[in-house]
Amino acid sequence: MSMIEIEQVSKWYGQFAVLTDCTTHVNKGEVVVVCGPSGSGKSTLIRCVNGLEPIQQGTILVNGMTLTDPKTNLSKLRSHVGMVFQNFELFPHLSVFDNLTIGQIKVLGRSKDEAAARGLKMLERVGLKAQAEKYPGALSGGQQQRVAIARALAMDPICMLFDEPTSALDPEMVTEVLDVMVELATEGMTMMCVTHEMGFARKVADRVIFMDHGRIVEDAAKDDFFGTPRSERAQLFLSKILHH
Amino acid sequence: MSYSWNWGVFLSPTPSGSGTYLGWLLQGLEWTLLLSLGAWVIAFVLGSLLGVLRTVPNRWLAGLAAGYVEAFRNVPLLVQLFSWYFVLPELLPRGLGDAIKQSDPLIQQFIAALLCLGCFTAARVCEQVRAGLQSLPRGQKNAALAIGLTLPQAYRYVLLPLAMRIVLPPLTSEFLNVFKNSAVASTIGLIELSRQGQQLVDYTAQPYEAFIAVTLLYVLINVCVMFGMRWVERRARLPGHREGQ
Ligand SMILES: Nc1ncnc2c1ncn2[C@@H]1O[C@H](COP(=O)(O)OP(=O)(O)OP(=O)(O)O)[C@@H](O)[C@H]1O
Ligand SMILES: [Mg+2]
Repeated sequence: MSMIEIEQVSKWYGQFAVLTDCTTHVNKGEVVVVCGPSGSGKSTLIRCVNGLEPIQQGTILVNGMTLTDPKTNLSKLRSHVGMVFQNFELFPHLSVFDNLTIGQIKVLGRSKDEAAARGLKMLERVGLKAQAEKYPGALSGGQQQRVAIARALAMDPICMLFDEPTSALDPEMVTEVLDVMVELATEGMTMMCVTHEMGFARKVADRVIFMDHGRIVEDAAKDDFFGTPRSERAQLFLSKILHH
Repeated sequence: MSYSWNWGVFLSPTPSGSGTYLGWLLQGLEWTLLLSLGAWVIAFVLGSLLGVLRTVPNRWLAGLAAGYVEAFRNVPLLVQLFSWYFVLPELLPRGLGDAIKQSDPLIQQFIAALLCLGCFTAARVCEQVRAGLQSLPRGQKNAALAIGLTLPQAYRYVLLPLAMRIVLPPLTSEFLNVFKNSAVASTIGLIELSRQGQQLVDYTAQPYEAFIAVTLLYVLINVCVMFGMRWVERRARLPGHREGQ
């Protein structure tokens, strides 16, 4: 069953077409990696999936709910969809602990104790229980991103969206974040990840989507994609990125 | 011609016989404080709300807030004050207007000055808050919405707390301006600190003492506000680290 369905989605910024006729889906329990050159619309696409960006054409369904339907409660839907950003986006005026509990309390209506228990459990899971009282500014980039993942997990999401979660990190911190993501994937979390970490894709992805100029150029099972991508552009992109 | 200083003037009794000239000054100080603090509360609450409205996606609300700012920033403060005091009661329904005109003049003056200063300063606070909100990285709003907060919740728990920290220094100077601007209330007859100083000069013929005393009281207010806001700034500083409890 599809967790995320993207059907013929197009989006413009004024005259500029950011997304053109994008169609794809993510099944329950699947890990789909999205890659492509800078400016190809990957971030835009993934932001559309939880309604952070409006679309002008097409439909997006998440867990059977239509995003574009005005009757859909977007906030409620988003509370079930975890999102992790390139620049972490922890709330700097709140302690790590409060970052983890604010959504649970204000959105899910959990009690403080319940939220605290759940938050600390997730923090432990990403190996940062000792940092609960610190503020985001006191953590390294890798630690901040792991807290951001824990914050999303604390909401008990039905799927997770990642937008280049490791590309703002120093190389030595990339692994600690990827490890958490790999663990999530192997536990069966439904994930849509924009990333250029092809090692990660090889290890856990079910499918790989390649985007260029706002179009989904390639949407293939992992082995097919890394075997012989059908499009020339994807081949070129892969050879560039793998030689790094 | 030599000026004869007499600092004892403040302790001498006023013509009415009850109390001293110092008592007059303190009464003036009291009105200035009451008026300015009240106006600041209005300005801060209304200004923050308007500042938020200026940044929301809804064009009507944003336009409404922008219109407010244009109106209240561009009309001279004195004209605004006269409008509140003289014109507004005429525009209200007959019964209400008359009721206002028959009420205690002191109350009328105070309310008019309070609303005037509050609404005028709100326009300035609005612009500061808007600038603060617009300077935040876009990702913070997305992150707040992404965990399921509604837009009002995102403002309440994430965007405003961050923006307010950024604009604390300019807000301090707006706060100080309220005390200075409160002197316009004397033009409609409210005997606040500056007017009380003027009165002292008229009655005692000791202008230097009177103006020095008034100046010192204004300086004292400034110093208190500065210290207060410093304290707020220290408390609100984005912490890098908090010791475990
Ligand atoms: N608010 C906006 N207004 C106008 N154009 C925009 C806006 N946001 C993004 N764009 C443009 O849309 C295109 C796609 O942007 P997007 O961020 O989705 O790309 P991306 O694939 O995520 O790139 P990167 O790998 O650099 O993150 C870019 O050309 C960008 O300049
Ligand atoms: Mg991007």
